[in-house]
Amino acid sequence: MGKVLNIAPVSRIEGHAKIAIHLGDDGNVQDAFLHIQSLRGFEKFIEGRPAEEVPRIVNRICGICPWMHHLASNKAVDGAFGVTPTETGYKLREMCQVMAHINDKILHFFFLAAPDFVLGPDADYSVRNVIGVVKAAPELATQVVKMRQLGQMMLDKFAGKAIHPIAGVVGGFAKPMVEEERLELLAGTRTLLNFACFALDFAINNVFAKYLDVIGALGVIKTGFLGTVDRTDGSLRLYDGKQRMMKADGSYVDFEGIDYTKYLGEHVEPWGYSKMPYAKFWNEGFDMSLSAPKGIYRANTLARINVCDKISTPKAQAALEAFRASFGRPAQQTLLYHYARLIELVYACERTIELLEWEGITDPRVRAKVEQKAGRGVGIVEAPRGTLIHDYTTDDNGCITKANLIVGTTHNIAPMNMSVKQAATTLIKDGVYNEGLLNQVEMAVRAYDP
Amino acid sequence: MGVTTALEGLGSCSGCEIAILNIGEALIPIITEALEIVHAPVLMDHKYFGQCGEGVTLTIPEATVGIVTGGVSNHEHLEVLEEMRKKCTVLIALGTCATHGGIPALMNGQNRQESWEGIYQTVTTDPGAKIPHIEVPEPLDRVYACDEKVKIDMQLPGCPPNPELIAEVLVSLLEGRPPVLPGKSVCDTCPTERKGKGDVNKVKRFLTNAKFTPGAPIDEMRCLLEQGYLCMGPVTAAGCSKRGAPSCISARVPCRGCFGPVRKDGNQLLDMMNALASNGIDYKSVVDRRSLLRFSGAHGQLRPVKKQADKED
Repeated sequence: MGKVLNIAPVSRIEGHAKIAIHLGDDGNVQDAFLHIQSLRGFEKFIEGRPAEEVPRIVNRICGICPWMHHLASNKAVDGAFGVTPTETGYKLREMCQVMAHINDKILHFFFLAAPDFVLGPDADYSVRNVIGVVKAAPELATQVVKMRQLGQMMLDKFAGKAIHPIAGVVGGFAKPMVEEERLELLAGTRTLLNFACFALDFAINNVFAKYLDVIGALGVIKTGFLGTVDRTDGSLRLYDGKQRMMKADGSYVDFEGIDYTKYLGEHVEPWGYSKMPYAKFWNEGFDMSLSAPKGIYRANTLARINVCDKISTPKAQAALEAFRASFGRPAQQTLLYHYARLIELVYACERTIELLEWEGITDPRVRAKVEQKAGRGVGIVEAPRGTLIHDYTTDDNGCITKANLIVGTTHNIAPMNMSVKQAATTLIKDGVYNEGLLNQVEMAVRAYDP
Repeated sequence: MGVTTALEGLGSCSGCEIAILNIGEALIPIITEALEIVHAPVLMDHKYFGQCGEGVTLTIPEATVGIVTGGVSNHEHLEVLEEMRKKCTVLIALGTCATHGGIPALMNGQNRQESWEGIYQTVTTDPGAKIPHIEVPEPLDRVYACDEKVKIDMQLPGCPPNPELIAEVLVSLLEGRPPVLPGKSVCDTCPTERKGKGDVNKVKRFLTNAKFTPGAPIDEMRCLLEQGYLCMGPVTAAGCSKRGAPSCISARVPCRGCFGPVRKDGNQLLDMMNALASNGIDYKSVVDRRSLLRFSGAHGQLRPVKKQADKED
């Protein structure tokens, strides 16, 4: 008789999910699912709230990437109130957003994903974790902890709160940066850039080189990609730009965020709370078939690295060129999300330094004049986990009447289901499975950093 | 061997777990020597149904210390929380969701069924979509704080909680002494300049920045309530201060109450209305008064409004 393996909870991820692998009588995989287990209802309970308060409510959607929600929300409220932030306000927000990417990537690669690579996917679960990494490689681990803490505390000190931030405000930013703060942030970010370059080299030589076979096989699927690029030169952007949807063949269409409803749809399956966004404008519907998927695209690091024409900062650009020389464009291998994540880590450090070196960054004009009013605004940023969309409509009193959110992780729900199915089907044959193989199925999910 | 410890997140955002990491380097000896972590989904791979997923009963190993983040909003949360209570000697509710419901308990102010239906009918959602119901945990009637469902031995609120206080709670447990935690209000820890009752008789929305000299110390800025902004410092538990000032105040932004009420059973909405009234400020100038309960909507504090009373006066 067939049976179901319930891998719950999926661990070393941010959210709440379980994997169910359905085995047939012959012990082969009939089907496999990633079930998303929670729904909180932000789209509804922000209705009625004064819009300027919403950026400090929706940051609670994610405690790992609260800056992304905070700032996408601020951009949406700017739009609804018809406000353009001052140039310094815009750049202070961008600096915080890009800096938040730094900590996120260190956290994900070293704390959540690395145990699989450093200790091996088959290591016992009691050591296959960050504590095991600390014991196996104490010097590296101490350095990693120090660097993450440095980035996190720089943001915390400058902006008051690193987790669930409050310093972004409709119209710009709540406080200017003074020279003393600028110098401290600059020194810290230069240290982080050195570490980022070390981390990328370390991973290329000690992780990706060793696991090339696994990278070429585990969870590999063929999809399109969504990301944000610079409006003029098509380079990688995280805070602001135009949206780019690339097909698996490399052709692409660019569009402005305000028009997202024409391009994206959200499919709902009865077996998971998360909706599954898909490329509605391809007019092919939605299908998670591994051989002939329809409407399926991916977001997050690999997607951004695939859709951008280049990266505007030198070290990250060099890394992108090396990546493309090895894997082409677009690269489809799921585990390359990790590689792309470290390229973005280098970019995030370089971009933070650029912003801190911009002459206007300490200008005291950080917030434009704001009046509450009726309107609609769409705010988009690239969250670590993908393109994040906040769409608000307000009434005359500037309170929210309607909201639509497409959260970064959700773009990858359908692809993650496909990768889980691909991995489970390839790894489990004739009823033979064990903890190590099942952990490899989870690794296919972990690469997406959900 | 260290003290066995289990960590679980219920209806949470992982911010509390990041706050634990923000203890920084001091965390390394705590998690490698002082504690022995036996279950913590965000960090390690212990599974509920056996490592190969063949079991049928949700099982968490026995532990001396249990830490729970997040509120209780569905049947799986409840099952996990009850298992944690059963297996842990000392159970700590960490973060405002676990202690007071937190932001997700804003849902308690709405008709959950109608709201969930609305979520699956947004502009981008495929027409005809229904609320998922297969292999997903069924929701409870509302969002609960942990102590409404099981006995909790220690409460440490904060959204997020302060890393220094998390470390203090852990270290005090290991040393077998009560933790030293702040018991006062945010205002009591706030160094801004207070001149006493002024000419403010209405509170304004935070649509303009506070008045202050950039780079000058916080104690040279006038109290934000005295500047005319709604600031919930008077009715919010202290604990967020890190560099000599409450976190939001240090960013020159008013407090919104994320550590919950000063007294465990306090009501931040009523307490704030009282605080405003006693300072001669018209409470009706607060737009959307119910959202003053945005962090503490569990314990029956926030309930759906009756249809006819949709608009408050």
